[in-house]
Amino acid sequence: MNAIIGQPVSRVDGPAKVTGHATYAAEFSLPDLAYAAMVLATIPRGHVRSIDRAAAEAAPGVLAVMTHEDAPRLPYKQIAQRPQVDAQSGEQLHVLQDDQVRFNGEPVAVVVAETLEQAVHAAELVRVEYARSPAVTIFDAKQGRPPGEGNAKAGRVPELGRGDVEGAMAEAPVRVEARYVHPREHHNAIEPHVTIAHWEGESLTLYDKTQWVDNDRKEIAHVFGMEEERIRVVSPFVGGAFGSALRTWPHVTLAVMAAKRVGRPVRLELTRRQLYMAVGFRPHSEQHLRLGADKDGRLVALEHDVVQQVGRYEEYAETALSPTSHLYQCDNLRARYRLVEMDTNSPCPMRAPGVVTGVLGLEMAMDELAVDLGMDPLELRLRNYAEQDQQKGLPWSSKELRACYETAAERFGWARRKPEPRSMREGGTLIGYGMATAIYHSDRSGGSASVALTGNGMAVVRSASSDMGPGTYTSMTQVAAETLGLPVDHVRFELGDTNLPYAPVHGGSITMASLGNAVVAACQAVQTKLAGLAQAAQQGPFAGLAENAVVARDGGLGRADGSGPVVPYAELLRQHNLGWVEAEGSAQPGEETKKYSSAAFGAIFVEVRVDEALGTVRVPRMVGAYDVGRVINPKTARSQCIGGMVGGLGMALEERAEWDARFGKVMNANLAEYLVPVNADVAELEAIFVPNDDRNFNPLGVKGLAEVAICGVAPAIANAVWHATGRRIRELPITPERLLG
Amino acid sequence: MHPFTYAPVADAAGAAARALAGAQFIAGGTDMLQLLQENLVQPQELADLNGLGLAGITEEQDGALRLGALTRLQKAADDPLLRERCAVAAEALAASASPMVRHMATLGGNLLQRTRCLYFRDVSTPCNKRQPGSGCSALEGENRHNAILGGSEHCIAVQPSDLPVALVALDAEVLIQGAGGAERWVPVEGFHRLPGDTPEIETVMQPGDIILAIRIPAHATRWRSHYVKARDRASFAWALCSAAVALRLDEEGRVAELRVAAGGVATKPWRLMRVEQELLGHRLDRDRVRLAAVWASEGAVTRPGNAYKAPLLQHTVERAILELGGLA
Ligand SMILES: Cc1cc2nc3c(=O)[nH]c(=O)nc-3n(C[C@H](O)[C@H](O)[C@H](O)COP(=O)(O)OP(=O)(O)OC[C@H]3O[C@@H](n4cnc5c(N)ncnc54)[C@H](O)[C@@H]3O)c2cc1C
Ligand code: SF4
Repeated sequence: MNAIIGQPVSRVDGPAKVTGHATYAAEFSLPDLAYAAMVLATIPRGHVRSIDRAAAEAAPGVLAVMTHEDAPRLPYKQIAQRPQVDAQSGEQLHVLQDDQVRFNGEPVAVVVAETLEQAVHAAELVRVEYARSPAVTIFDAKQGRPPGEGNAKAGRVPELGRGDVEGAMAEAPVRVEARYVHPREHHNAIEPHVTIAHWEGESLTLYDKTQWVDNDRKEIAHVFGMEEERIRVVSPFVGGAFGSALRTWPHVTLAVMAAKRVGRPVRLELTRRQLYMAVGFRPHSEQHLRLGADKDGRLVALEHDVVQQVGRYEEYAETALSPTSHLYQCDNLRARYRLVEMDTNSPCPMRAPGVVTGVLGLEMAMDELAVDLGMDPLELRLRNYAEQDQQKGLPWSSKELRACYETAAERFGWARRKPEPRSMREGGTLIGYGMATAIYHSDRSGGSASVALTGNGMAVVRSASSDMGPGTYTSMTQVAAETLGLPVDHVRFELGDTNLPYAPVHGGSITMASLGNAVVAACQAVQTKLAGLAQAAQQGPFAGLAENAVVARDGGLGRADGSGPVVPYAELLRQHNLGWVEAEGSAQPGEETKKYSSAAFGAIFVEVRVDEALGTVRVPRMVGAYDVGRVINPKTARSQCIGGMVGGLGMALEERAEWDARFGKVMNANLAEYLVPVNADVAELEAIFVPNDDRNFNPLGVKGLAEVAICGVAPAIANAVWHATGRRIRELPITPERLLG
Repeated sequence: MHPFTYAPVADAAGAAARALAGAQFIAGGTDMLQLLQENLVQPQELADLNGLGLAGITEEQDGALRLGALTRLQKAADDPLLRERCAVAAEALAASASPMVRHMATLGGNLLQRTRCLYFRDVSTPCNKRQPGSGCSALEGENRHNAILGGSEHCIAVQPSDLPVALVALDAEVLIQGAGGAERWVPVEGFHRLPGDTPEIETVMQPGDIILAIRIPAHATRWRSHYVKARDRASFAWALCSAAVALRLDEEGRVAELRVAAGGVATKPWRLMRVEQELLGHRLDRDRVRLAAVWASEGAVTRPGNAYKAPLLQHTVERAILELGGLA
């Protein structure tokens, strides 16, 4: 049978999605479903003085109005070990538990009604009086403080480095120093967050938009002081998330409370505007870099300070220093990470959290250094190529970044770039070429899967993972099909249900490296089990054979010595009068992190066209080459990468929360004014995968492939804008006012 | 969202009566649905104008073009007559919104689109236009979208539609039917009002008024014209700044007639008379156009967030005239 891994298999869930048969969280229809709508605070800090709910309660269809005055007091038990997606210290928002307002947009009431429209209308009738307290709503980098112990322990360290930065910097013949600003950004997945909560006696079912059903269950169990076994979370399809659905947000708790109160299943869906307050976002960041190099362009000193905003009630932090710690060879390095507390909802992971930020500063500063050195930006990267992870003192499990640079540069035509800024144009349009490196650390986590071989020749593979869009359904199907020796359409992968075997978080680009290996293990386990049954049987082709004498091959079992036919699984099941046979398998990280450092790499080259008079930048083409280890499915992998390019384009040129400090609020909280790229912004995108197979990292040979795709894109564009115009725009996004200013 | 009823209307008189009784009109609904969702308007009834038979573009006997109020933006943008004779209008329409929106949105609705001022659209913040007397949050707030021309201390909201800017350059008029059934023509240039101290009053429309049509006079259909729009992304974004230019040269190649109007920068479609005067009677050359365009931002009042619009306006006007004059 031909290899299935590595084939561009079309999404197995594609037909269901385009025909509307895929059921998203909001679409589960339950008898007697009621609808909830939230009332959000309109001040940045203070407390609720009074709530007039009479008009809301009297409105048609209203079943309940709940505020802090009458909401049940919830136990909010501490989780022994916080999952990596949560804030690592402080208290998660205890929703409707007191009269305090911690940020503009904190829920202060929830209304439940017969219809969505009735609930929304009644929510608008709730009158809330507030007493305002002074609030911190202006980002002041000088107020930055180190992250707390919880975050440091979880790898969000306040400081890292090596060598003597000051000494080396003082002696460096070439130095650059710059400050970069990156605004608060919002995920804006097309599917809004939504939860349906359904109590049956003391048991609870949640239909939720989530990237991690197990964590959802655990969180709600702790919030309500319930046994986890009483909660089931169902989430078969997720309409994009980019990290916003990693955590369990307060509205899930609200839905659960509301459903309890009215004794009916309740659906709570956030509006687009509410998404800017009720879930997290990528925090505003400011970073300061100093680079020192010798005349040949070798980095001798590197200093990188990153300051990000954080909410005040809990502490969410990111691994913003990770790329700087190991992307380039440099003996003297100091990086610091600081947080500025503000009265805002809590930030949360958004595609390549922290890393995309760190890469942005580092890769823009490298470009500035190349200019000062009079050196080609690509050449500068090659001179500082890190042959090992210097910070960890470990070799890479694999690194094909050089091949990425070469392949992408060649394909892009980097050689045609004239080094001088403003030197390339077509008519009145300035043309710029820019490049940057991408990196995202590769992690693994433990997980398990089950496989059932059935009498009709199908294999059903299950694990409580998620597929927010990368194509997990498809790639896991391929892994199972190849391992079992079955065609792709004989394998069905099921996910998104806490009743299925445990899966780790669907985030951090870890899913294939973690769960893929569990799927392989489960497939092998079911083959072994079937072989065992066949060998132990009284009759049949393998009856009485020794343990090693039967092997799985070509979709069935055969003799290890190759003699005799291969008997398909289904036929064996029939022969032994079995409806199905099922087994579980799991995979855990091994010793690899002790021996190696692992990361996915990329090189991005972009062309921009700048209309200087109108201040507009367009991007006619981008070429990226990636080392992501083994590629399970080049089609979905390409989708990931071009999606990352589009996200990076938005980051460079369009995305920004327009924050009004007087209200502590994002004012452009809708898709008409918070801009993300549209089709007309996106032209030629090319993603190339350089050959690699990282068995040092995990048996499947894959690395992460999701977050790396957005890293490096924005700095490449900013660098290209410099090349086109001679202007270094150090604050994103690069909008007309910045180019005209 | 406030509860409301829905009623399709069959004739203009019936529609007017409903409006006087508290109904608001819906045409394509592309703005109205947002206004309802954000609780910015609370009509008791939505009276649907789609049954009025007001769609279509026709040529009148004298050569004027009549654009029915219910014509969809996309239909108008694709209309051969309009494209050939009034390029600026077709171009402005093609550069409006997105294909999906353009297939729903109507010309009449476009004239009445409400501002995109961020504070107007968020009920939790003060806004004089939405709630007279509550204050203007944009003056000291996030105002990169707001106006540098035509504002007052009470409001600096931009009228965000592209089409009316082109219509001002074409001397176009709006045909309005009053509640009593009487029809009147209003020049597009006089259709929108300056905010002054009543920013809640945006146009000359009176209760019960219905827009029936837009007319582009015959003389303007013989002009050459052009629209340039600067925006944050390549499509589906309101203008940060736009310029509409219509022009007639005499036999010697001198500017005999010229209209220049700007959008995205002012509280209403903004006629740039001074720029016109600088060029009237002259041959177009690059320097003269550049110097004339500098006058575009005359009288601009800028704030930190929207100061960029002054140079942008000059550049956009210059670009539009140069391109139209074949000098770009
Ligand atoms: C995301 C987005 C982007 C957009 N970008 C642009 C852009 O770049 N440029 C641009 O110009 N526009 C843009 N638009 C706006 C769009 O063009 C307008 O919303 C549309 O033209 C309004 O027409 P409608 O028929 O949908 O009006 P409706 O929403 O139905 O009505 C709008 C208003 O007009 C009134 N009304 C409608 N017809 C009549 C009539 N015949 N007589 C009296 N009153 C009437 C209604 O009562 C209502 O008050 C955008 C819209 C969206 C949603
Ligand atoms: S500019 Fe006008 S619309 Fe905007 S906040 Fe001020 S008053 Fe309201």
